[in-house]
Amino acid sequence: MAEIKLRDVHKSFGKVEVIKGVNIEIKDGEFVVIVGPSGCGKSTLLRMIAGLEDITQGTLEIDGVCMNDRQPKDRGIAMVFQTYAIFPHMTVRENVAFGLTINKIDKATRDLKVDEAARILQMENLLDRRPSELSGGQRQRVAIGRAIVRNPKVFLFDEPLSNLDASLRMDMRMEIGKLHQSLNASMIYVTHDQVEAMTLADKIVVLNDGKVMQSGSPMELYKEPANMFVASFLGAPSMNFINVEVHDINEENVTVYNPTLSPIKVPHKGRDISKKSQAILGLRPQYLRLVEPSDGILNGKVILTERLGAETIVEILLKDGKRVIAAISEDQILSNGKEIGLQFNPKQVHLFSSEDSKFLSENRK
Amino acid sequence: MISPGFGLIVFFIILPFLSAIILSFTNQRLISPNPTEYVGLANYKQLLSVGVLTLDPKRNSNGAVVRDKNGALKYPRLRNFTRNNPQYPHIKGMRELFSWNVGDNQRTYILARDVVFIKAVINTLLFVLIVAPGQGGLALCLALLINQKLRGINIYRAIYFMPVVVSIVVVSLLWRFIYDYESGLLNNLLSSLTFGAFESVNWIGDTDFALGSIIVMSIWQAVGFHMVIWLSGLQTIPPSLYEAARIEGASKWQTFRYVTWPGLRNTAVLVFVVITMQAFALFTQIDVMTNGGPLDSTQSIVFQAVERGYGKQDISGGSAISVLLFVMVLCISLLQRWLTQGRS
Ligand SMILES: Nc1ncnc2c1ncn2[C@@H]1O[C@H](COP(=O)(O)OP(=O)(O)OP(=O)(O)O)[C@@H](O)[C@H]1O
Ligand SMILES: [Mg+2]
Repeated sequence: MAEIKLRDVHKSFGKVEVIKGVNIEIKDGEFVVIVGPSGCGKSTLLRMIAGLEDITQGTLEIDGVCMNDRQPKDRGIAMVFQTYAIFPHMTVRENVAFGLTINKIDKATRDLKVDEAARILQMENLLDRRPSELSGGQRQRVAIGRAIVRNPKVFLFDEPLSNLDASLRMDMRMEIGKLHQSLNASMIYVTHDQVEAMTLADKIVVLNDGKVMQSGSPMELYKEPANMFVASFLGAPSMNFINVEVHDINEENVTVYNPTLSPIKVPHKGRDISKKSQAILGLRPQYLRLVEPSDGILNGKVILTERLGAETIVEILLKDGKRVIAAISEDQILSNGKEIGLQFNPKQVHLFSSEDSKFLSENRK
Repeated sequence: MISPGFGLIVFFIILPFLSAIILSFTNQRLISPNPTEYVGLANYKQLLSVGVLTLDPKRNSNGAVVRDKNGALKYPRLRNFTRNNPQYPHIKGMRELFSWNVGDNQRTYILARDVVFIKAVINTLLFVLIVAPGQGGLALCLALLINQKLRGINIYRAIYFMPVVVSIVVVSLLWRFIYDYESGLLNNLLSSLTFGAFESVNWIGDTDFALGSIIVMSIWQAVGFHMVIWLSGLQTIPPSLYEAARIEGASKWQTFRYVTWPGLRNTAVLVFVVITMQAFALFTQIDVMTNGGPLDSTQSIVFQAVERGYGKQDISGGSAISVLLFVMVLCISLLQRWLTQGRS
C-alpha cells in the first residue's frame, strides 16, 4: 500500500547543509533501517518524512503523491520518539486514544481501537495507569500503541530503544520485529545501533554526513560493503584495516603485501587497479584465527584479551605498531605479551582503494 | 545554632508579627500619656461590625407613600435608628455602606461601624479578583507569544520586563501624569484618536474610574514579571510533546489544552499565589496616586493599616487590621493549596 520515494532530498539549517542529496526507495511493507553515526542527519531525515521539518530541496512521495507541502497528519504516518513523547497527565488509555480524541471520534470506536492496540502490545492491564507509574519499556509500548491506533501507512521510529537498558532493548527489538510482521506496514527505523539494524531490517541505509553510503539487505552490506565506512560501521568489533601495496595482478587474483604481511593473493572480480598502487585490506575480526607464530600470515603480541564467555576478543600489536582485533568463537586464556600468529582465508578479505576508500574487490561502476 | 540570618528574621518578622497580635488586643496609641489597657476584642468588633436594616418608606396620614419632587420614595432618616435608639442596640453608631430597594417599596441598608475599613476590604477583594486572573492571563498570553523562535524576540522580552525593574513609586508617579485630567497623556491620546470626540475623564479623581485606573496600571506594571515565570514554565515542556500533538493533527487550541496547559500546572499555582499575595498588599500605588480617595473609592487594607497606625496614631487599630489581613491571606493560601493538591 505504501511506497515511499525520496528523490535527491536536501536539507539546510540556515547555511549549514545537513542532508546532502539523499535518494531512497522503500517498497510496500518493507522494514528500512537508517543507520549512521551521531549527527549524520538520521533524525533530520526522518523528521522530514514526518513533516516536522520542511524539505529544502528534492521531493518526498508516498504512494506516488508528492508530500512536500502536506501537514504531518495528512501524510499517513505515525512516529515514535526516542523520548516516548507521551503526555504525563493522561492515563495510558487517554494517551493511546489521543489522536482519536483530537479528531472527535466517538467513544465506542475509540475504546475498540485502543483495546485492539493494547491487545497487540500486550498491555491491557496498563490502560488505566499514568505514565509516571510505568517502566521505560512500558512507556515505549504506549507510544507505539498511539502510533498503531492511527493506522498509518508508514511507521517512523527515531531511536525508540536507546533509552532502555540492554536486556529490555533486546525484548523490545524482538517485539518491534513481530509487530512489523503482524501489521505488515512499511516502517522506517532510525538507530545508531548496528545490531538493531542487522536484526530488524529488510533493507539498511547507511548514512554518513548527510549522504547515503550504501543501501541494501543486511547481508549484502555485511558481505559486500561498498566502502570502508560501511565496512567499519557494520559488524562488531569493527573491521581491521591494513595498508598494503599491490605487488602483482593476474586474471583472478591480486597479490598484496606490506613489510609485516607476507604476500597474499586476494581475488579480484575484474577491477581497475594498477601495480605498485596503494590499497587497504579489510579483515573482519571474526575471520581471524590464532595460530603459532611460525604459521601466521600476520604476527604480533597479545596486548589485551576480553573474555565474553562464548567469544574472546583479542587485541594484537603487530610488528609495525598497528593494532588488530580478532574475535575467537571460543573461550581462550592468553597471557599478555604472548607472541602469536594470525591466519585467515584470503577469499574472505576485502580490498579498498586507498584514494577514495571504495570497495575494490568488485567491478567499479 | 542560631545563625545571623535567623536572628534577623526573628527581629524583623517574627517579633513585629507577635507584637502586632498583642497590640491588637489593647488600646495602645503611638504617643499617649495614658497607660495601655487590655481591651479584648474591642478593636476587631469596631472593625468588623456590620448590620442590616430594612425600612418602609415614609407615609403620610392617609397611608400613601410620600415621594419627593423627582418621584423617588422618601425613607426615614437612618440616624433615627443608629443614634440613641434603645430599640436598635445592635446597630448603634453604624453608618450606611450601601443600600438597595427590595420588594414592596422597602429599602435594605447595609450598615457598618467602620465604613472606611469595610470599603477598604471590598476594594482590596475587588482588586485581587480582577488583578489575579487579569494579570495572570495577560502574562500567559504574552509568554505564549514570546515563546517563539523569531528574530529579535529578545527585544520584546526586554520591553515587557522593563516596568518590573522600575520602582513602583516611580511607576506610580509616571502614571499620575498619564492619568492627569487636564493635560494627561491618556486623555490627549484618546481625544486625538477620536478626533476630539472623546470627553476627558478624570481617571483618578472620579469615583467611577479611580479603582479601575489603579487596577490597569498595576496589571501593566507586574505583568512582565509573571510573563517570565510563565516563560520558564513553558520551556520545561519537552518539544517532542508538541511534535507528537502535531503529528496527530491537533489544532492550536487543542495543543494548548492538551499539551501546554497541563504542563504549566505547577507554574500556574506559583503565579496565582504570588499575584494574590502581591494584590492583597496593595499600598504604594494608592499612597502615591490617590491617598485612598476620591470619597474612599480606592481605600485598601494595607493603606488603612498604615493610615490608622501612623496617620491617626491608632497603633492598636492598625495592628488589628494587619492581623485580619494575615488571617485572610492565610485562608486564601490554604484554600489554594487544598484546591491544587486535590487535583493531582
Ligand atoms: N533545528 C536545527 N537547527 C540547526 N541545526 C540542526 C537542527 N537540527 C539538527 N541540526 C544539525 O543537523 C545535524 C544532524 O542532526 P540529527 O539530529 O539529524 O542527527 P542524528 O543523526 O539524528 O544524530 P543522533 O544519533 O545524535 O540523534 C547535526 O549536526 C545537528 O547539529
Ligand atoms: Mg537523532
